[in-house]
Amino acid sequence: MSLIEAQNVGKVYGDSIVLERVNLKVKEGEFCTLVGASGCGKTTFLKMLLGTEQPSSGKLMLNGKQFPQEPDQDRGIVFQRYSVFPHLTVLQNVMLGEELAGSKFLGRLFGAARTRAKENAKAILESVGLTHALDKYPAELSGGMQQRLAIAQSLIKKPKILLLDEPFGALDPGIRADMHELILDLWKQTQVTIFMITHDLKEGFYLGTRLLVFDKTRHDPEFPNAYGAQITYDIPVGKTDKRIYEEINQATHLDPVDLKIKAEKNAAMGN
Amino acid sequence: MKRLINQQPGKVLAAWLGVLPFVIVVVIYLVASDMRLAENPDDKLLPSLQSIGDSVARLALEPSKRTGELVLWADTISSLVRLGLGIGISALIGLMFGIATGAIPYVRANLSPFITAISMIPPMAILPILFIVFGLGELSKVVLIVIGITPFLIRDMQLRVRELPSEQIIKAQSLGASTWQVVIRVILPQILPRLINAVRLSLGPAWLFLIAAEAIASTDGLGYRIFLVRRYLAMDVILPYVVWITFLAFLMDVLLRVASAKLFPWYGRTEGAKA
Repeated sequence: MSLIEAQNVGKVYGDSIVLERVNLKVKEGEFCTLVGASGCGKTTFLKMLLGTEQPSSGKLMLNGKQFPQEPDQDRGIVFQRYSVFPHLTVLQNVMLGEELAGSKFLGRLFGAARTRAKENAKAILESVGLTHALDKYPAELSGGMQQRLAIAQSLIKKPKILLLDEPFGALDPGIRADMHELILDLWKQTQVTIFMITHDLKEGFYLGTRLLVFDKTRHDPEFPNAYGAQITYDIPVGKTDKRIYEEINQATHLDPVDLKIKAEKNAAMGN
Repeated sequence: MKRLINQQPGKVLAAWLGVLPFVIVVVIYLVASDMRLAENPDDKLLPSLQSIGDSVARLALEPSKRTGELVLWADTISSLVRLGLGIGISALIGLMFGIATGAIPYVRANLSPFITAISMIPPMAILPILFIVFGLGELSKVVLIVIGITPFLIRDMQLRVRELPSEQIIKAQSLGASTWQVVIRVILPQILPRLINAVRLSLGPAWLFLIAAEAIASTDGLGYRIFLVRRYLAMDVILPYVVWITFLAFLMDVLLRVASAKLFPWYGRTEGAKA
């Protein structure tokens, strides 16, 4: 049985159609990258997987059952920004997951339970390379370190699914390469199922096991919102070649010039 | 020559520039006071520093013949207790209702219009009602301060809660947090420094309501004293009292700012990081 199954999923906001006829089956342990032009509904789809949005039509299922209607600890999330808590130190940020589970009322652990949570948090922080920054606040960390922290914070709950919403979009290219290595390592270790949105088609092409391209197949120039986007390519990574890359690039207009502008915009917005 | 907007005064010069307006005001006062007293030694409007000093010494150091208290300190304590109670209660109500209306859509839908309407009532207009309902004792003075500043605090806290990035609230849920846990571990700790800021902003109105209530019905307090001696044109008492009240207000503001920086070391930095 597939972990996630979408049957003819559609999403409509008012009179603008964002997604239509999305069909997808994802098995446990896959690493899917979602690419597509801005406004093509990939973020909306991720929000459905997160539980903050519900499909307007069609069926979305988790383990064959109806999808949960709100976020929970089965699905971890890392956003492009604001994923970590500014009032907690690095160590406290990662301990939070265990503290919430262990203490219903106060959300804080004491004594031996606290020591144990601390050890677990330290171990996972070591695997993302943040051991030297345990007592720092997020604002003292660079963008890349903040994202490492956000990933560690999510992984401590051992979620079945990890959702990444352009997690490396605001980072420099060099740091981005480090982050790719890190996320691949963690994915192999934990066998978590990953969905990752990216604007970088190259990123989508070698990271993960499967590339999903969101795009509109029908256009009405008078009413740009009359038709929604669908999954136009669903390719196992590894079976990709230059020709398909060019084809997708053409279709989604994700050419390098766009990407460069996007990166500059992100850099200007970040930090 | 650089443009004026690009010229920075040095540290020492900046300090002197800051002190200068105070010095000018004092000098103008002394000159004007001297001129008036030279013409009429019994003039009460601008008393000399000497007579102000005598009055302060009398009020602060000699027990009152009527009550046996040191008047300045007794007044200060009465006023500060009222102010402290009023601000403390307001802050607590502001925090609770602000978080509830900010975080929970059902509570917001239920209470937000009501709180907005309440906040439009001019507090001084209902002071007579407070005196009728709560009597002329301490309670009505504290209630006036509470009614005066609580609506602002609630609305400000509600806005601050809603300003927290939704990503954080979602992230907390993905870590398994319940509504209560989101409030106590994510919202409350981040709202506290913002509450201190809001309280600092409401110190001015709080003093205003305190002095108004004391002026109208009281038997002690800083506001009471000022309005009592007004009958005798006792500027030698009124002026130092005004300076003293201003100093207390300034001191409270500084203490709150320092406390915020000490208790929430992460706060200033996040503001910078967000910009």
